[in-house]
Amino acid sequence: MQVTMTVNGEKVTRDVEPRLLLVHFVRDVLGLTGTHWGCDTSNCGTCVLWMDGEPVKSCTVLTPMAGGREIRTVEDLERDGELDPIQQGFINEHGLQCGFCTPAMMITCRDLLDHNPDPSNDEIREAISGQICRCTGYENIVRATRWAADHPATEEVTA
Amino acid sequence: MQVPAPVEYERATTVDEAIALLERYGPEARLIAGGHSLIPMMKLRLARPEVLIDINDLKDLAYIKREGDELRIGAMARHRDLLESPVAFEYFPIFRDAEQVIADPIVRNRGTVGGSICQADPSEDLSAAFAAVDAVMVIRSSSGERIVPSIEFHEGPYTTAVGDGEILMEVRVPIRPGCGSAYEKVKRRVGDWAIGAAGACVQLEGDTVIEAGVGLAAVGADHFRALGAEDVLRGGPATEEQFAAASAAAAAGCAPVSDQRGPADYKRHLAEVLTLRALRRAAARARGQE
Repeated sequence: MQVTMTVNGEKVTRDVEPRLLLVHFVRDVLGLTGTHWGCDTSNCGTCVLWMDGEPVKSCTVLTPMAGGREIRTVEDLERDGELDPIQQGFINEHGLQCGFCTPAMMITCRDLLDHNPDPSNDEIREAISGQICRCTGYENIVRATRWAADHPATEEVTA
Repeated sequence: MQVPAPVEYERATTVDEAIALLERYGPEARLIAGGHSLIPMMKLRLARPEVLIDINDLKDLAYIKREGDELRIGAMARHRDLLESPVAFEYFPIFRDAEQVIADPIVRNRGTVGGSICQADPSEDLSAAFAAVDAVMVIRSSSGERIVPSIEFHEGPYTTAVGDGEILMEVRVPIRPGCGSAYEKVKRRVGDWAIGAAGACVQLEGDTVIEAGVGLAAVGADHFRALGAEDVLRGGPATEEQFAAASAAAAAGCAPVSDQRGPADYKRHLAEVLTLRALRRAAARARGQE
């Protein structure tokens, strides 16, 4: 069936099997491999992307269910060569080691800051509680998010 | 890689259209809302519908509001909506208690109240919470609406009163003066189903319990409900001794099974302890102490 959706601001139309999971559509059909594919069971959260402005686990959304919706992936965080503060935070505070959970972690933390610009450490931990980092870098992910909260505008990036 | 079996896809933009599609495709069609229960079941091939009817466009079923002496929760309200709803919290803090420990924040963005209770997993938390607060479910078909009490809504594991050609519209919860409610759950980690969970709602007049509801999840309670505990409570004093007796009745009346989440005797122990904790908190809230 034909499905049309907006991905990172661009309208895309593709012919897909209805059972195709959104994570595979984004990665394999569109080639946007920043969204990662992990556990397949909506537990690990490495496939998180925005759908109509809300973070969702794209392994648990069928592609036609995203028809007509606005999808935004990690590739859209950087704008005009400027990193989003959350990306800069992950660099500065060593918020990643292997990098597998990182794109989805950054989306969730960006979304948290959009709704709660000054979150406590507990609120950050709650926000990422549906996502798994197996390098056990949660402490640094919390610090990275705090860094982004403390440096909301990219102009302030000094690192 | 886990992938669902081939399936056809339709999208409904109105309730009438959803019902018409259900009638057209028959019993092998399934409604899909958030999909966070159904899609995992389809990946495991435990569910194999031939047609999915997507009802995410039914945004007018996403409300949570007070109407008269009822709290009304639309079937398409997301878990996050219920977690953050001021009106739900004002009358039934049990829902915030439960929603804080249902799945995880990202899943709660997508999963719906109606989808969860229609999936009717025996460990599903809202089913136990709705049992405790004596909710009724509104079901619509092309021949009209019918109202089913929660105890009749859940017919058994993964089975509800929603029949072919029918759609769950909303859940109604009676608002009664002097009520307090609470939910307690023990789970292995964030996102997991309960090992055991209990919800309680008590209506106090002075120090007397005039009405009580106790719901249990994951411990094999028929219809998610501990009727024996409710009988102990109703008409009696709101005391620790009475709550302990009701909790013992809740544990005695359930039928947990041993599985990877724990042995049956541990789950029975949880049923008792969590019922007691939920009753204490519900009573404290009814008295305005919390």
